[in-house]
Amino acid sequence: MGVSSIISSDPKDIVNTEKIIFPGVGHFGKAMSKLKELNLVDTLHEAVLVKRKPILGICLGMELMAKGSQEGNAEGLGWLDAEVVDFNVSDKTKYKIPCIGWNQIHIKKDSLLMNNISDLSEFYFLHSYHLKINNQSDILNETQYDYFYPSAIEKDNIFGVQYHPEKSHEAGAQLLKNFIGL
Amino acid sequence: MFRPRIIPVLLLKNLALVKSIQFKKHRYIGDPINAVRIFNDLKADELVLLDIEASKNNRLVSLDFVKNVGEEVYMPFAVGGGVKSLEDIKAILNAGAEKVVINTHAAQNPNFIKEASEAFGSSAIVVCIDVKKKMFKGQRTCISSGSRSTAFTPIEFAQLMEKNGAGELIIQSIDRDGTMEGYDIELIKYISTSVSVPVVALGGAGKEKDLIEAYQHGHANALAAGSLFVYQGKKRGVLINYPDKNELVFE
Repeated sequence: MGVSSIISSDPKDIVNTEKIIFPGVGHFGKAMSKLKELNLVDTLHEAVLVKRKPILGICLGMELMAKGSQEGNAEGLGWLDAEVVDFNVSDKTKYKIPCIGWNQIHIKKDSLLMNNISDLSEFYFLHSYHLKINNQSDILNETQYDYFYPSAIEKDNIFGVQYHPEKSHEAGAQLLKNFIGL
Repeated sequence: MFRPRIIPVLLLKNLALVKSIQFKKHRYIGDPINAVRIFNDLKADELVLLDIEASKNNRLVSLDFVKNVGEEVYMPFAVGGGVKSLEDIKAILNAGAEKVVINTHAAQNPNFIKEASEAFGSSAIVVCIDVKKKMFKGQRTCISSGSRSTAFTPIEFAQLMEKNGAGELIIQSIDRDGTMEGYDIELIKYISTSVSVPVVALGGAGKEKDLIEAYQHGHANALAAGSLFVYQGKKRGVLINYPDKNELVFE
């Protein structure tokens, strides 16, 4: 991608970096416990809310930005007025959970993150839960799996995607480039 | 719109890419990394890479190989071969795979799937159920690259794995493997309509119509194949290929 990056769980690195990518797979409750154990919660609050560094949450990383989740009944970082909820599909043979596969995004607002990415581009999804957002203006993308749910968010310097740009061929690479270029 | 995934399955034997017929007669296809690169260029939906000798030889799939794949592709991939501890899963995921495929150890120790899904989330844990028709007994779940049969019927095992937290099931017909005569639609349908996690059909696909049939009639959520994506023509010349997604009409 032509940019220097480090993988780190060290608070010093996180406070001193220019931008943060916050990926995650696994269990919401366990991930929050791990962040606490690593003393990263205050570090993240400082980097994101005080120093206002751009951050891109990916999958569970985005979910953790919500107030809380039904997965493990845990509290999240609380940057978004949102909850993480179970999929509630009508046809369980057609709409299997976890939702695994390629699906289209519907772009809901202008954003630098969406530069050169066309509406209805396909991205790769792998998740069992999704966001339920109270403030509609925070929604950047929506996606339909039985019903429409928020698949990307943008609020000030906070960005999040439910899908995996790092696994989504060219559209995904473009999104990461856009984030780097912010 | 959400659409079914089309997944090439690549079999590894001594780090060479091979293709089997009914889990036997392994034919050398080429260099796996080269094939992975081509599938990435063809924008495949996802790849499954299985080391078919790992369990038999009591070792794990090569992590260097997994890492190598991860560096080559911008697409999701799942890896299997000799996985039998949480450390194995962690190592494969850290090497860049999205999902880990478990077969032998899942049948030997069904509780392992529970531990694995609790530790890494269901979406990272795929169980591959290899199914073979046994004389007088009907279909049975097999392990160790099909060399050993278990007491589990495919449906019993599928439901047990779902209950223990597997996030996806690959249903592979050993009898159809490499025949290119079509999927075992009845088997796929039976399992897909009995579990609420995604089911991947594998074994027997020989033409694009087979993929559509497994989706429409088998209710598979993803369509996987080996021979279809590495051979071309009746004489089975080796040619890595992948269907044009715009030409396949599923609905």
